[in-house]
Amino acid sequence: MNGVHDFGGMHGYGEINPEQNEPVFHDEWEKRVLGLFVPIMAASGMCVDEFRAQIELMGASNYLETTYYEHWLHAFEKLLLMSGLVTAEELKSGRASAIDPTINPSVTASDIPVITATGSSARRDSDVAPKFRKNDLVLVKNEHPRHHTRCPRYVRDKIGQIDRDHGVFVFPDTAAHGNGEKPQHCYSVKFSARELWGDSASEGDSIYVDLWDDHLILG
Amino acid sequence: MSDHESDHEHHHANSRPLSEVELRVKALEQVLTEKGLVDPSAVDAIIETYEEKVGPRNGSRVVARAWRDPEYKKRLLEDGTSAIAELGYSGIQGEDMVVIENTADVHNLLVCTLCSCYPWPTLGLPPVWYKSAPYRSRAVSEPRKVLEEFGVSLPSNTEIRVWDSTAELRYMVLPERPSGTEDMGEEALAGLVTRDSMIGVERLKPIVKGAS
Repeated sequence: MNGVHDFGGMHGYGEINPEQNEPVFHDEWEKRVLGLFVPIMAASGMCVDEFRAQIELMGASNYLETTYYEHWLHAFEKLLLMSGLVTAEELKSGRASAIDPTINPSVTASDIPVITATGSSARRDSDVAPKFRKNDLVLVKNEHPRHHTRCPRYVRDKIGQIDRDHGVFVFPDTAAHGNGEKPQHCYSVKFSARELWGDSASEGDSIYVDLWDDHLILG
Repeated sequence: MSDHESDHEHHHANSRPLSEVELRVKALEQVLTEKGLVDPSAVDAIIETYEEKVGPRNGSRVVARAWRDPEYKKRLLEDGTSAIAELGYSGIQGEDMVVIENTADVHNLLVCTLCSCYPWPTLGLPPVWYKSAPYRSRAVSEPRKVLEEFGVSLPSNTEIRVWDSTAELRYMVLPERPSGTEDMGEEALAGLVTRDSMIGVERLKPIVKGAS
């Protein structure tokens, strides 16, 4: 979707202002939110693409006025409500209205070292053929889907060159909406800065964007 | 001065009222715990992992190894995931790693314009500025101005390559080895490597012998 999250090339957000000696977390609640990611995704069976899609749907002003971990919190609440694991009333009261004693956490503390060191790769062992080869010129489709997409606006309808083929990966644009993983090749596509931003950009500079077969046509 | 207890105390020890977001987090975790869906000690273990075990020190060891060992560097640039795993770093938000090399002529810069993707196993959790609208909007369209704000001024003939992490690949910059470090061992070299140099918003300075 053409949401406010798709920041590339936008103006008006000001200077960067890095914080010196920044702590890992700025508050206790941020730690709990970070720590809840793995257990909630395990309990709900949701994937990271569904998580990102919920953040993008939170509304422009809400997205801009809240922080990174507040975005996560919003997505957790939405995913848990969608999966039916909790009710809105329970989230409001902080008390479970019904407890099934046969349910146990699918992730315990002793699992964490292995889970964090393994993660969950989106690479798929599939022999689906690549549509493009290194150095091919490609045109990014000029599509503006209302659903989740990992194709940012600033490269649409632009010509780039396949820099490398990363292999076969889950396609987030479908996986985010329960429409299947649709595994396909994902590439690093090189765009010249001038192709994207015009003559004021430095000649010779380039931007590399990861895109999938379904985003591209031969240029 | 405030007589409130330190922010490092847990909520229940705080005398100030909880904010709306704190109440939501507390309610969420409590409901999930009561329902048997979440084990709070698993949450604690994850927090401890990213507060104490995983951070840019990991990435700096990878860089130092690559500077000292040409064979390792070759493997790192060809298959970042496997080479990084040789040093024991792997997992969430670094399942598939790509390492890109800075040279005298090429400078690389990382960003995630759509969210805030970042290589956790080697760099830890991302700093606030990396997740912010100003950085995410500008890194792709005016990288030279962004770099200048970080104190990096590059000649016009240096090629800048910006890497937008729009997929599940996670990128890390292999900074250029500073001059004056030829006699240094791996641990000492790792001590020179900063988080920002592995994001690409810093160039490491030459080491001048005799200087502190």
